[in-house]
Amino acid sequence: MPTVADIAAFCTLPRRPAQPPRGLWLIAPSLVLAVLFFYPLALILRAAFGEEGAPASLAAFREVLGSVLFLDGLEHTVVIAALSTLGCLVLGFTLSMAIAFVPFAGVKFAGRLIDAIISLPTFLVTLAFTFVYGSAGLLNAGLMREFGFALPPVDFLYSQWGVILAEITVYTPFVMRPLLAAFSTIETAQIEVASSLGARPWRIVGHIILPAALPALLAGGSLCLLLTVNEFGIVLFIGAKDVITLPLLIYGKAIQEFDYTSAAVIAVVNVALSLALYAVYRGVLGRFGGARAGLV
Amino acid sequence: MLVWSRSGRLLVWALVVPLMLVIYGLPMGVIVVASFARQWNGVLPSGFTLAHYAASLEGDSLASLTTSLATGFIASAVALISGTWAALALREVPRQRARLFDVLFFVPSAVPSVSVGLGLLVAFSHPPFLLNGTRWIVLAAHFVLISAFTYGNVRAGLTRVPLACEEVASSLGASPFYRLRRVTLPLLAPYLISAFSLSFALSMGELGATIMVYPPSWVTLPVHIFALSDRGAVFDAATLTTLLGLATVIVLTALSRLASRAAVR
Repeated sequence: MPTVADIAAFCTLPRRPAQPPRGLWLIAPSLVLAVLFFYPLALILRAAFGEEGAPASLAAFREVLGSVLFLDGLEHTVVIAALSTLGCLVLGFTLSMAIAFVPFAGVKFAGRLIDAIISLPTFLVTLAFTFVYGSAGLLNAGLMREFGFALPPVDFLYSQWGVILAEITVYTPFVMRPLLAAFSTIETAQIEVASSLGARPWRIVGHIILPAALPALLAGGSLCLLLTVNEFGIVLFIGAKDVITLPLLIYGKAIQEFDYTSAAVIAVVNVALSLALYAVYRGVLGRFGGARAGLV
Repeated sequence: MLVWSRSGRLLVWALVVPLMLVIYGLPMGVIVVASFARQWNGVLPSGFTLAHYAASLEGDSLASLTTSLATGFIASAVALISGTWAALALREVPRQRARLFDVLFFVPSAVPSVSVGLGLLVAFSHPPFLLNGTRWIVLAAHFVLISAFTYGNVRAGLTRVPLACEEVASSLGASPFYRLRRVTLPLLAPYLISAFSLSFALSMGELGATIMVYPPSWVTLPVHIFALSDRGAVFDAATLTTLLGLATVIVLTALSRLASRAAVR
């Protein structure tokens, strides 16, 4: 007669021949990422709560989050990201519409150009802007010579508008990629029928194109928001004293002032903001499916 | 087609083409022209010279160019192995758990590069993991930042590889390793190459994390360009930026040729 222990032993016997558990192969890449990414991230969080060895305290948080420097940085980050994303959406939609629905000979070249811009470093555009719109740039030089201005008349580059213009230039392709993919799925017959029934172009845009493009606009827009919040090179190269964003603040605190605790606090806020935006982006992709905006 | 009349279409393009030229053509053109400029105080440069190119191909500038190329190749190669490994391993995992790991592998792309650099500084400045001050911390930063993009590209490629081919190989008695080497990876080759080129381009232009962690002995091209432009050597900065763009485009073009050949086969 089998005892309870025997039955228990029988029940825990492997049903299948010994096989390595599934997902064992996943350990190696996960371990690499854990050591090089998640462990350092956890240490930033730890450092934000005070020096190693000392009991955790919120003192650094209270001090940094209340400072004018941080609040200014946060405000600049949010305003620059929001306005840049808006600009990217408007410009990206306009350019994509022209490329997709009013085709011309150079369409293929335009597509290549978009891919090239995505792969080039972001500070290239900023450097170029100093030659074009800088105080000694060609625009100001031309205006001063033609109209005899005593001072450079075009003076927006070293303000947040310079940063916003540079970010719109760099990140518009990230909106255009998913948009062009979405436009290519619209039945041209639908547009032809609508216009043969007398619909004006603006009505076709409002009733056919915009609804079809909405998921791509949301995906591209949230990706833009994420990338502009994290942007570092453009702001660094413009180098305006009063345009400081969160990433630049982290760099300044850690590398120039050796104040790792404050840097860690700001990094925690910045990472939390980015992860929230990333969650929105994944949510949009999950909800509407379809084309990823190319990179993330 | 939204605009039917020929004149309407011409009007649209008369507006859009100059817009694109001002937004994208002008910056790129200006950088290239500046790299040849002797002095530039007016609308056009006052003269042209090859001196900036001569200066770029010696000393610190040449060193930073080779440093960037080496960093790009090594970090991308490691990221390609790790990303492909992760994407392949994830297929064997139940769906619920796969989704969790999928998010984990993508997260590094969402975290600001400066914070990745700060984390590496905080984590690897003490023994036993003393990487700070060596080139390895730069390579680690680049690897972390591009790993999500290689993983994403390979995973997207895997969904387009027909599963039937692998099943046939298995049913004919191919061992898992043989199947991986002779069926899966060759089918995946075009996606592997495009994943590599994307991460190479990202690494070549990376600034935020590198500027946090680089040692004086391992200065990448973007860091060097920033140092030049910061001390007012804008023409040298423009020259190196042109070379950086050129090197990136050459490598990308070569790899995309390779990818289309791999796809045909």
